[in-house]
Amino acid sequence: MPKDGGIGASSKRREDVRFLTGTGNYTDDINMHGQAHAVFARSNVAHGRIKSIDTSAAEAMEGVLAVFTGEDFAEVGGNPAGWYIESRDGTAMKEPKRPVLAHGKVRHVGDAYAAVIAGTREQAEAAAEAIEADIEDLPAVVNMDRALDGADGFVHDEIGTNEVFDWGWIEDNRAAVDEAIRTAPHVTTMELVNNRCIPNALEPRASLATYNPGSDEYTLHTTSQNPHLTRLLISAFVLGIPENKLTVVAPDVGGGFGSKIYHYGEEALVLAAAKKLKRPVKWTATRSESFMTDAHGRDHETRIELACEKDGTFIAVRTETKANVGAYLSNFATVTPTFLHGTLMAGNYTVPNVYVNVKAVMTNTAPVDAYRGAGRPEATYSLERVIDKAARELGIDPIAIRRKNFVKPDQFPYTTPVALQYDTGDYDALMDKLEEIAEVSGFEARRAESERNGKLRGLGINSYIEACGIAPSNLVGQLGARVGLYDAATVRVNATGNLSVMVGAHSHGQGHETAFAQVVAEMLGIDAGMIDIVHGDSSKIPFGMGTYGSRSLAVCGSAMVRATEKVINKARKIAAHMMEASEADIEFRDGAFSVAGTDKSVAWGEVALKAYIPHDFPLEDIEPGLEETAFYDPANFTYPAGAYACEVEVDPETGKVTVERFAAADDFGNVINPMIVSGQVHGGLAQGIGQALLEGAVYDEDGQLLSASYMDYTMPRADDLPFYDIDHSCQTPCTHNPLGVKGCGEAGAIGSPPAVVNAVVDALQRAGRDVPHIDMPLTPARVWAAMQD
Amino acid sequence: MYAFDIERPATIADAIKALSAEEALALAGGQTLIPTLKQRLAAPSRLVSLSAISEMQGVCRADDGSLCIGAGTTHAEVAGGAGAYPALAALAANIGDPAVRNRGTIGGSLANNDPSACYPAAVLGSGALIITSTREIAAEDFFDGMFATALEEGELITEIRFPVPEMAAYMKFEQPASRFALVGAFVAKYADGVRVAITGASEEGVFRWSGAEDALGADFSAAALDGLSLEGAGMITDLHGSGDYRAHLAAVMTKRAVAAAG
Repeated sequence: MPKDGGIGASSKRREDVRFLTGTGNYTDDINMHGQAHAVFARSNVAHGRIKSIDTSAAEAMEGVLAVFTGEDFAEVGGNPAGWYIESRDGTAMKEPKRPVLAHGKVRHVGDAYAAVIAGTREQAEAAAEAIEADIEDLPAVVNMDRALDGADGFVHDEIGTNEVFDWGWIEDNRAAVDEAIRTAPHVTTMELVNNRCIPNALEPRASLATYNPGSDEYTLHTTSQNPHLTRLLISAFVLGIPENKLTVVAPDVGGGFGSKIYHYGEEALVLAAAKKLKRPVKWTATRSESFMTDAHGRDHETRIELACEKDGTFIAVRTETKANVGAYLSNFATVTPTFLHGTLMAGNYTVPNVYVNVKAVMTNTAPVDAYRGAGRPEATYSLERVIDKAARELGIDPIAIRRKNFVKPDQFPYTTPVALQYDTGDYDALMDKLEEIAEVSGFEARRAESERNGKLRGLGINSYIEACGIAPSNLVGQLGARVGLYDAATVRVNATGNLSVMVGAHSHGQGHETAFAQVVAEMLGIDAGMIDIVHGDSSKIPFGMGTYGSRSLAVCGSAMVRATEKVINKARKIAAHMMEASEADIEFRDGAFSVAGTDKSVAWGEVALKAYIPHDFPLEDIEPGLEETAFYDPANFTYPAGAYACEVEVDPETGKVTVERFAAADDFGNVINPMIVSGQVHGGLAQGIGQALLEGAVYDEDGQLLSASYMDYTMPRADDLPFYDIDHSCQTPCTHNPLGVKGCGEAGAIGSPPAVVNAVVDALQRAGRDVPHIDMPLTPARVWAAMQD
Repeated sequence: MYAFDIERPATIADAIKALSAEEALALAGGQTLIPTLKQRLAAPSRLVSLSAISEMQGVCRADDGSLCIGAGTTHAEVAGGAGAYPALAALAANIGDPAVRNRGTIGGSLANNDPSACYPAAVLGSGALIITSTREIAAEDFFDGMFATALEEGELITEIRFPVPEMAAYMKFEQPASRFALVGAFVAKYADGVRVAITGASEEGVFRWSGAEDALGADFSAAALDGLSLEGAGMITDLHGSGDYRAHLAAVMTKRAVAAAG
């Protein structure tokens, strides 16, 4: 029987009422009295030296209040990278300053070099066009190999290289891996491109700053996945506004997918402008600005080698990757291609030797950072593509070769050669479930039917594992993280018994307001409708490290559980006092406290009221009030895993790929709201299939973004996608967090691209075409061209 | 968007008069012009909306049997009203999405002559007649390369007259992002011969494929096109496909159109 409330119930998302009835409150919906508007002047060349910027004409235009250039921020701090990476030779990574506005040079198309504040947006737009910038064109650094050679110059002259670091993981493994590959009976090699994607959140970035000169206090409403982190970056690194004088509010946010984790210069600009003008200042990105300036995702070039025995037993994996980080280091740009990527390169397998090398490369393109999955899709793609190719070369079934190498249930906890310790899992059970829901046994009949219709049908299989629940502060600190990755929650019981639960994780589509309430409702035995989840406002919630890395429930949810336990413990004390019983005899069940072995009982609401009307409290034992806070720092990552199957049809005349079936069997540990989890998988699959078949950010050799609008950048649409067969009944609960949850937000985007590409290659191979690989996105033109070779 | 004045005349004569003003531009369905204005890539001082001109609206049959479509008729109205020419109605029904079809007009599409638009293939493939505020222009004489036509300054398309073929079909291979035609082939069989028009492919815009027309004139079957191909040289190459790919698709789509028409 499905539950209708609490943990395990598919409760409808309460936030959808406001999202679907037009009563959401997004940053651009907020308008302040006296508000002015910011518009940015942006570079239309990829690389250029700023010789002069003449703002006089703009300043004289109607409605213009102020014009800023990079000169105005030359003395303020830079927006930092959040993770320190050391190169193989022990040298520190290169960290060029990321300014509020471009100063000295412009470094990518869309790089802002000036900003106009005016009474209306139209006035600001007109004035921004009147700014006369003399920018000397420089050769654009676009291609990563040429960037590493320095052939086209340096993106940041002061660091004298375009290589941010040359990282090895684990350097001590290198000799053994080299030797294993040299002596292996079989080595499969692939060169792969993990295509650059543009996140395309439905809501463009927006920021609205206010400043109160009387109190010297700032408030920033902004499209953020982590308002506290944004506050910290602005306070500690960029503008130096004391944290106690800066409130950051991320109200309703229309999707982020990683791109709204980071602090961007526009946020600092509107704050500085609000102070200077003593007026609220708002900026809302156009869609074109989103394309050019939101942090992009992926963009790796990888060579991977997989060494095997003739029977398919894995011996070693070695990778060399060039990761494009764009023109400036965004906040997570250094950790995404390293620790979020290299540590996953053992996959779900008992491969004894693994070595990963990553060079991070600066180019005159938009900054690249974490995008749904962040490093783990890149690892999964490389590994699962090379496994598929190895299976074909060795004549082994792709499911069988994976099963042969899976870490088995009795091997957990399992420590990989790339330093993760998987706590639990059952990959064969997932593969069993996949074979069932994907109806793998019926594939041949479906293939024959496709063939009769003139279509080539293929089946692609893969497994994935990801490290989520980011992350144990102790461990990440040793690895170079400059922050801790705990989270926090405050559970406030109001006098009338309902609750406000302040959580550090921000919800921008994930359904926290529903799922988190289900957890507290279950723990207290009360209706979830009595519980409100409050998030996104740094003045209301204790602290938060934000929403990314499928961490919200695993980390912040755990903090909420701990705080709720504290509340229950205190309520138990109050109930014992009310019933004149010993605390040890108090039982709490279904929202009522009772004295064991008696018929004495007080309801939840009575205890809550008593907490705030403490006329007879023994104040030396019990404080008034009922509110508790907990911080939770996880003991390990969580390890969601899954097995995916994709079936495609390829039109041999046009190269067009149609996804006919897609099955996903995921192990997310315990599931709080199955409907929300399914929705997260659906969205992740759409993004993964989008990356595999449709999406590609393309810069030309001059650094112009060719795919700068929806006319040329292909977002997945409903008719590009099949009805999915998904399952999350295989559950090996996380062993170290109180809910036993692992996280589900990124899985679909991680697991699906290799399944799709494996399926297309399978279709072509079955039709006798010797096509070992096609780089994503597998557009009709690329598939057709591959068939012509 | 820059500021502009807008007026909405009710007659063709008034529209022509309004368009004689300095920097005035005609606004049909606005499916290209409005995005251009929003990106501040055009700065007309005055827009003359054609949407209130009732004499430019609707679909009817002429005495000679041809289908007459007012230039201001939306794609949705053509899809619903051109039942006498099913291939044309189907083409209109597959342009863009409902929002585009409810605003975009046939006259606007033809005057813009986007090299990836669908309507130019139907007009050229049908040998349609373009009626303007001053003259009649044969389809062959109307299209003049990408985004260029025979229209003079201040001249408005008022009507398009399509001879109705014995059989016809349009096959479009969509550019994945925009869903415009990466390549579209319009095939129409008339008593006096077969016409084949290809859109989306050539750097010169829509064109007739005479080799295919001759082969189909002798034998109206997909098999008649076996061995026929177009050169990739002169075809558009962009991030969605090479010239060779477009040339190949033109042949595939033409065959499919013949099969669908028959």
